[in-house]
Amino acid sequence: MLIERIGGKIPGSGIHSIERNGTCMEHYYQPEIECASQEQIRAWQGERLAKTVKRVYENVEFYRKKMDEVGVKPEDIHSVEDLHKLPFLTKDDLRDAYPYGLLAAPLSDCVRIQSTSGTTGRRVVAFYTQHDLDLWEDCCARAIVAAGGTNEDVVHVCYGYGLFTGGPGLNGGSHKVGSLTLPMSSGNTERQIQFMCDLGSTILCCTPSYAAYLAESIWERGLQDKIKLKAGIFGAEAWTEEMRHDIEEKLGITAFDIYGLTEISGPGVSFECSEQTGMHINEDHFIAEVINPKTGEVLPDGEKGELVFTSITKEAFPLIRYRTRDICILSHKKCSCGRTHVKMTKPLGRSDDMLIVKGVNVFPSQIETVLLNQGYPANYQIIVDRQNNSDTIEVQVEMTQEMFSDNAGIVAKREKTLVDALKAMLGIYVKVKLVNPKSIARSEGKAVRVIDRRNLYQG
Amino acid sequence: MTVKQISVFVENKAGKLAELTEYLHEQEIDMRALSIAETQDFGIVRIIVDDAYKTSCILKEAGYVASITPVLAVEMPDEPGSLFKILKILGDGNVNLEYMYAFLTRKEDTAYMVLRVEDNEKAADILSKSGIHTICQDAVANL
Repeated sequence: MLIERIGGKIPGSGIHSIERNGTCMEHYYQPEIECASQEQIRAWQGERLAKTVKRVYENVEFYRKKMDEVGVKPEDIHSVEDLHKLPFLTKDDLRDAYPYGLLAAPLSDCVRIQSTSGTTGRRVVAFYTQHDLDLWEDCCARAIVAAGGTNEDVVHVCYGYGLFTGGPGLNGGSHKVGSLTLPMSSGNTERQIQFMCDLGSTILCCTPSYAAYLAESIWERGLQDKIKLKAGIFGAEAWTEEMRHDIEEKLGITAFDIYGLTEISGPGVSFECSEQTGMHINEDHFIAEVINPKTGEVLPDGEKGELVFTSITKEAFPLIRYRTRDICILSHKKCSCGRTHVKMTKPLGRSDDMLIVKGVNVFPSQIETVLLNQGYPANYQIIVDRQNNSDTIEVQVEMTQEMFSDNAGIVAKREKTLVDALKAMLGIYVKVKLVNPKSIARSEGKAVRVIDRRNLYQG
Repeated sequence: MTVKQISVFVENKAGKLAELTEYLHEQEIDMRALSIAETQDFGIVRIIVDDAYKTSCILKEAGYVASITPVLAVEMPDEPGSLFKILKILGDGNVNLEYMYAFLTRKEDTAYMVLRVEDNEKAADILSKSGIHTICQDAVANL
């Protein structure tokens, strides 16, 4: 494959354009990094891993303890080959460390937090120094440029803003690219479409289910010829190839996948390129491994396993061998886009019971906690479905003598109290359906608590 | 003075009400009055039966959630204006009425209404002062 270098930098932006195979133009935000050689990538990783391990050993008691337990010292870590010596980090560890237990930089150097749900209501708080923010935003910028974004574009960000990383991440990335950024946040479809038409949005960033919903809304209003969208960057939840084609057709765009998690910065940990066959992980910032979730054994390319990340450039909240619970496959096969960083498939499932509903992480254990706190027995079932391209979630709870009253209004009020408590815990509206006692199937061993009718994972 | 009304939780799902009434029939429960309060997701079936105690037990055995509420069963002549007369008396006496429904009996010329009020004693007192008769649990079986 021949790459002919023409054009060089687009004036006024940080974007380099390269014509490939005489046909399409590939854009890179940081080509010297994104197309670096394998040797160079390994060298960066080795050096940065050693620095990070030293940093956390010296500054974070938690890591020091964990490393001492397995008899590993920072001096033992020189390259990626030494990574396996280090212990894993789990979501439970993060929950136990709330809020400052994993902070590796002085609080006075931290300029931001982002947060995500933890199990049983204890949230994960990720800290960022200005340096951390810059690097995170660089990663998002790479994603936007890979989707064809330049400083001439109008980037329409309708991921949620606030503690959630979706909005801030793509917002920051868009600034770096120099595009006009529309910080729409989620919801208010009427306004989304109005701005999209009036301000000529060209790149749409939101969850795939919202993209599908927007597409329908646009068609309903007959505005499909008024919009100027050319690409979309969709993530924060699982989506199928079928959904991709549906969105691409309805909006007339190319739809790119993006992946990330708050613990490892946010979106932009990996992003899809023009080949659309998987996402390039930003290996200069994150070392990726795939492991057997039961044994912890590191698996080779091509094998399905749990994705593990080590952040090697973060100052405030670097994580060593963090188990994401996402199942995927890694591949170092050459990519026609010219980027050399390892590719991951879309997540193929979870190794835990977490659900993503309307872009929000939901753990069944959180629902159980709310039920128990409200005085209900833990006889429940969660039904997740998708209607009109929108996720729905319903919790069926068995009625009890204590909850019952002859007054329908009182029962309805108790139902509402439960709905409100669930909303406070999860951040989303969960429908509560009271059912007859003993109508939820009991099973021997582990009860089937979740019925997910969406069929999101393929392969 | 009061009659025992049994309220049963029923899911708002096709067949659930039939299931309940079938079970009551199997257990040879004689229903005299029935009313349903519904919301979108569930209903509360209110029944007056001949044997309230037996009904409570068999419902519990089958896993239904039910409760007993004391209500007033008011007797009135089966002619136009009777109901209005009773409601006026209660209204004048400041008695708060939550709901009511009619009652099946084998008697001719007499009608019965089940009334759920906030204060049973006060209501029964006001009604009896105006010559209106409320029946008690034992009498239900003979109606």
